[in-house]
Amino acid sequence: MTKALSIKDLYKTYDNGTQALKGINLEVEQGDFFALLGPNGAGKSTAIGIICSLVNKSSGQVEVFGHDIDKNLAAAKTQLGLVPQEFNFNMFEGVEQIIVQQAGYYGISRKEAKKRAQPLLEQLGLWDKRDAQSRELSGGMKRRLMIARGLIHEPKLLILDEPTAGVDIELRRSMWEFMQELNREKKTTIVLTTHYLEEAESLCRNIAIINHGEIAENTSMKALLAKLDLETFVLDTTGLPATMPKINGYDVRVRDETCIEVDVHKGDGVNGVFEELSKQGITVLSMRNKANRLEELFVRLVENPHGEAKS
Amino acid sequence: MNLVAFQTIVIKEITRWTRIWTQTLLPPAITMTLYFVIFGNLIGSRVGEMDGFGYMEYIVPGLIMMSVITNSYGNVVSSFFSSKYQRSIEEMMVSPVSNWVILAGYVGGGVLRGLFTGLIVTIVASFFVDLQIHNFWVVISVVLLTSILFAIGGLINAVFAKKFDDVAIVPTFILTPLTYLGGVFYSISLLPEFWQGVSKLNPIIYMVNAFRFGFLGKSDIQIGIAFAIILVFIAILTSFAMYLLNRGIGLRA
Ligand SMILES: Nc1ncnc2c1ncn2[C@@H]1O[C@H](COP(=O)(O)OP(=O)(O)OP(=O)(O)O)[C@@H](O)[C@H]1O
Ligand SMILES: [Mg+2]
Repeated sequence: MTKALSIKDLYKTYDNGTQALKGINLEVEQGDFFALLGPNGAGKSTAIGIICSLVNKSSGQVEVFGHDIDKNLAAAKTQLGLVPQEFNFNMFEGVEQIIVQQAGYYGISRKEAKKRAQPLLEQLGLWDKRDAQSRELSGGMKRRLMIARGLIHEPKLLILDEPTAGVDIELRRSMWEFMQELNREKKTTIVLTTHYLEEAESLCRNIAIINHGEIAENTSMKALLAKLDLETFVLDTTGLPATMPKINGYDVRVRDETCIEVDVHKGDGVNGVFEELSKQGITVLSMRNKANRLEELFVRLVENPHGEAKS
Repeated sequence: MNLVAFQTIVIKEITRWTRIWTQTLLPPAITMTLYFVIFGNLIGSRVGEMDGFGYMEYIVPGLIMMSVITNSYGNVVSSFFSSKYQRSIEEMMVSPVSNWVILAGYVGGGVLRGLFTGLIVTIVASFFVDLQIHNFWVVISVVLLTSILFAIGGLINAVFAKKFDDVAIVPTFILTPLTYLGGVFYSISLLPEFWQGVSKLNPIIYMVNAFRFGFLGKSDIQIGIAFAIILVFIAILTSFAMYLLNRGIGLRA
């Protein structure tokens, strides 16, 4: 099956000499929910800009649903929807106007665009604001308006560059649901960048990590998380004895009078920890991961770009 | 050609200049009223005749043309630059609209504002003079082509502009002087021969005179040459604008 997105040997050097992409290769299957992660300045937005014709590439090849952007740009663009990282509205234009105009650029008539705009704006909670100028919207509303604008022509591939940046928890969850539904019901392929790794972990099936313009990792979320051979748990207890005894086979650190951190190797399980603590009369009140699992991996990969994720 | 996209851009532009009508439509109406009162009524009565016509009657076509030029150019340069500045131009860049349609759409929006302003000025003028039209088709075709020409010029200016000041440089330092020296207020036959020759290097002379010919049937230059010059300029500027858009100059990093 043709890939939704295929990137080969993509290089980008900006005019000021910054080498933003150093030969990246990437494939996204149709119907996938794909995370593109990387620290600030890694080159995510540059790659997205090239895919969406906002940035000129230095060399390399990009295909969107089999359409090469050098040979068949209009066909590639028709399949693509973009939700950019930065707000890029005309601040004096109205919400509905922006959506209807965007549809017009894709050749969708005004009448048809208005028909499509209503359910989309309703779903994103913007229908009441349809006559407001874009500058009158809150940050979260602007994000949603960018989503509506990116979807009005019903693209098969939607690329979202940090769509939930600066969005409150409740709205973020509803945006997740919205994206998941889009991926499930409409079979829209979604590529997403985010700095909330919890978001990537819970939404995405496949993942690429980009660092300093190079792909550091490109695999399924499952396979990546399976690489995590050591997890750190934080345990809250009713109280700890004066000297914290060793727990066989586990590395334990005391954080304060009631709280400890335990490193657990993959396959060891956590039962041993509880058994040992029970024997010593310590009651565990609650337990949680020290960091999101993906976050731990991410930090290691990014700090050690060429190495494998290891503890 | 994607007709829906073209209409979309034109409507977007009309929406813009009607929304800010106090900045776009009102000023030319006021300025031109002042011109008519001062140059036409007060001073004009002392100037006497120009080329056999009352002074007021003589300057009206040039003043209409002047506002068409300024507004066609001004609309495209500010609108295109501001969509670059606010990055809303990216809405078009990610979509499959061709650069031809983008150019045509912006030019269409600018021409409509230019012509609409021209109409306002004509209406204002008709309160002061009894306007005659010698050749309607010359009037329409000259004003339309000139408006197209300067709208394209505005787009080219916007492509190169990096800050808001750059939007005003060409109108202030090139367009306004050329228009004032373009025979709006006088017949170049009044000038010494040398300055007549120099004046003929100014393309706006041809547009103003051709337009005036449409009203008065009198011109300092040959109408055929005027049309040829306007068309050649349109061809050159169109190719240049398309080259800039295709290369993404000032738009894509
Ligand atoms: N227009 C530009 N001109 C010059 N350099 C640029 C330009 N845009 C980006 N860069 C540089 O390219 C590199 C990659 O930037 P990019 O915006 O792609 O990173 P990113 O991964 O999207 O980061 P973030 O997570 O902060 O959004 C950075 O070093 C940045 O400074
Ligand atoms: Mg970015």
